[in-house]
Amino acid sequence: MEYVIEMCNITKEFPGIIANDDVTLRLKKGEIHALLGENGAGKSTLMSVLFGLYKPEKGLIRKNGEAVQIHGPNDATRLGIGMVHQHFKLVHNFTVLENIVLGVETTKYGFLKMDDARKQVVELSQKYGLEVNPDALISDISVGMQQRVEILKMLYRENEILIFDEPTAVLTPQEIDELMKIMKGLVAEGKSILFITHKLNEIKAVADRCTVLRKGRCIGTVDVAGTSLEELSEMMVGRKVSLFVEKPESRPGKVILSVEGLNVRGKSAGKNLLSEISFDVREGEIVCLAGIDGNGQSELVYALTGMLPVDSGKVSLLGRDISRDSIRGRSRGGISHIPEDRHRHGLVLDYNLAYNLILQSYFNPEFNKGGFLKYDDICSYADSLIERFDIRSGQGAKTVARSMSGGNQQKAIIAREIDRAPKLLIAVQPTRGLDVGAIEYIHRQLIEERGKGKGILLVSLELDEVMDISDRILVMYEGKIAAELDPKKTTYQELGMYMAGSGKEKSA
Amino acid sequence: MDKIQKKLFKSLPADALSSVAAIIVGLFAGFVILLLSNPSQAPGGFWAILSGGFSDMKSLGQVLYFATPIIMTGLSVGFCSKTGLFNIGASGQFIVGGYMAILVGVKCAFLPGALHWIAALLAAVAAGALWGAVPGLLKAYCNVNEVIACIMMNYIGMYFVNYIVTLTVFDSTQNRSQTPAASAIIPKMGMDLVFRDGNNISSANSGFFLAALAAIVIYIILEKTVFGYELKACGFNTDAARYAGINERRGVVYSMLIAGALSGLGGALLYLAGSGNGITVVDTLAAEGFNGIPVALLGLNNPIGIIFAGLFISYLTVGGFNMQLFNFAPQVIEIIISIIIYFSAFALLLKGIIQNIAKRGGGKK
Repeated sequence: MEYVIEMCNITKEFPGIIANDDVTLRLKKGEIHALLGENGAGKSTLMSVLFGLYKPEKGLIRKNGEAVQIHGPNDATRLGIGMVHQHFKLVHNFTVLENIVLGVETTKYGFLKMDDARKQVVELSQKYGLEVNPDALISDISVGMQQRVEILKMLYRENEILIFDEPTAVLTPQEIDELMKIMKGLVAEGKSILFITHKLNEIKAVADRCTVLRKGRCIGTVDVAGTSLEELSEMMVGRKVSLFVEKPESRPGKVILSVEGLNVRGKSAGKNLLSEISFDVREGEIVCLAGIDGNGQSELVYALTGMLPVDSGKVSLLGRDISRDSIRGRSRGGISHIPEDRHRHGLVLDYNLAYNLILQSYFNPEFNKGGFLKYDDICSYADSLIERFDIRSGQGAKTVARSMSGGNQQKAIIAREIDRAPKLLIAVQPTRGLDVGAIEYIHRQLIEERGKGKGILLVSLELDEVMDISDRILVMYEGKIAAELDPKKTTYQELGMYMAGSGKEKSA
Repeated sequence: MDKIQKKLFKSLPADALSSVAAIIVGLFAGFVILLLSNPSQAPGGFWAILSGGFSDMKSLGQVLYFATPIIMTGLSVGFCSKTGLFNIGASGQFIVGGYMAILVGVKCAFLPGALHWIAALLAAVAAGALWGAVPGLLKAYCNVNEVIACIMMNYIGMYFVNYIVTLTVFDSTQNRSQTPAASAIIPKMGMDLVFRDGNNISSANSGFFLAALAAIVIYIILEKTVFGYELKACGFNTDAARYAGINERRGVVYSMLIAGALSGLGGALLYLAGSGNGITVVDTLAAEGFNGIPVALLGLNNPIGIIFAGLFISYLTVGGFNMQLFNFAPQVIEIIISIIIYFSAFALLLKGIIQNIAKRGGGKK
């Protein structure tokens, strides 16, 4: 057979959990093979086994039909296996060329000799259509370019088997399209690609075959062309999932949140973190802040919730100026906040679930009397939320938050924030790192809240989420609102242009 | 010893087990050092440490007496740790508290009866609170690390007290502070009748009950009140506390203030015990403050655990006196006691690693 890499019956156990249970993955020469699975399905473990970072309890790895022993990344490199990690491993104050040769430098008498390397890199980049400036500093080039550098690193080392770990998470739609083209070019030249993802559209777009993992088990390997999106998602989740969010027509009412000319200066002089931000959120609508990570979305949310002081501008809630209010003042005034980082902000991980569920309301008379916590009342309140929002945990209300799964931690935060009956719900990447089932649940909750006449401000990096859930889209770029778009009338391409900063100024 | 262990087991089983294991490791290390320093006397000396506290009722009383101040400083350190702060300034808070107690004890003899010693205690609490609040304010509003501020406050406290003792309540014949009036001494509440060996009366007094009461109050504050909920939230996760609108700066100040008050009370309970202790004018930081750190560590920052940890360390101290019968130099005894305490503390720090090893061993079987 013409398999370049075969991982046969791999079993890898960790204390208390079987991360890979009898998993078999066969990569053909010259194909793009997708590895699909939810978070925690065992994709990373399998790749770590391939790189020799973990030693499997059972199983065999074969390259071109011969059994091989891989004891570490160096062995993997020698066998021609290379990987583009989700978080790039680049030295930021080195040039592109220096990063590519790092570790395999060509030298003469102990001095660097870059001429040959430069020639080779330029040739490679032309051959595969990976245009980069070899003398640019990594810190000066875009994320998409950095990814090309990572790919060139693998090619420079003459790797035959290229692994891409969630490569599209950090890219704009345009960059994703280009990456897909590059990947197809690479297989046309005889490379083989293993493509790790949980995004079904991308698999449909480029992959030839797909292996699905669920809870450490191998569900099967299918031909992508003959399999529908629904079938793939069912294999991944283990049940039927609605991929499309059903939502009734939105009927925006009166203005809930009004932001006028908001400015926040950064610590270092120069660029503003936020400049001249103005927008409204109305009753019964979901306004989505789209944009590539780090363009001021987090700062805007902090400024709205009072966690970051603003330099100028006005924030009003239901017509009342809250710009000078404290965090507590704003949250009692009717702002709920599902924070971006559930471990850093959303939960006190060492508190139990009940204590976490009252984090924003413990000071209310229903939970304390004369300064003493009413533990029984807190527990029964927690139990009611646990039941209504289907939060699953080992010991119910007494479970320490740290020991809960990510999806249930997020459900707990959502339960807490929604149950406070806010006027405005700010949800920052509420589905990040969650599996399809939990995402569906959270989307349903948001739409239900919208139906109750709440104003919802959603910050999301996932384009599908932006397009499916929102009633209006505000695109942020470098601390400004670059555009306001209607999801029904816009396209992924247009959205992507604004996200990358190349759109026309403010088309509304 | 057994009794302590049993009680520990009952109140907080899983955690207490690790404390007890740590103590056993510490005792073993101490025994090794004894063997190295004087092999022939080692078993006898070690037995003296282990049994000294129970040898008679007087010794038992001394255990309570020595435990009192370190329970207070242990509470001070432990309370701060629960709220995410490291109070290494217990020593300074302790000595200013002790000074204020003596000052009121000597100068305010006009106060009638019980009012006198209560006033002295309150003065000590106030002074300790002030000493604790300074690093708290610096941390909250100027972002000065509390460890650095606390260490400076230790030295300021020590030199300030040395200076002001000579100005106000100095007994130049003994080069130390004067003895407080009898009405300022904490009542014995019958402790002197119970804890004695014939005519040999221990220094035990109701100060131990006050320390235990303080521990219970701190426990209630931390576990049962809104205030404790907020403080602990700050300690576990400052960012989340801020997100929830908790004023974390105020939390830092209150937390240090309470810790200072506890240490200050500890100082008063020592110097008003009526055992003839006074503040000597020497350039040494009060050891009771630093001993609070291992006490808090061994007690796992749990106020009730701290009572037992304080008793344990005090028990070793009393046992150490008996070691002198076996010709061990006082310095060696100090070293042994310190080694036992610190090995116990280290063993506790390595708890996670030990548990992992145990788990792996269990898995193989």
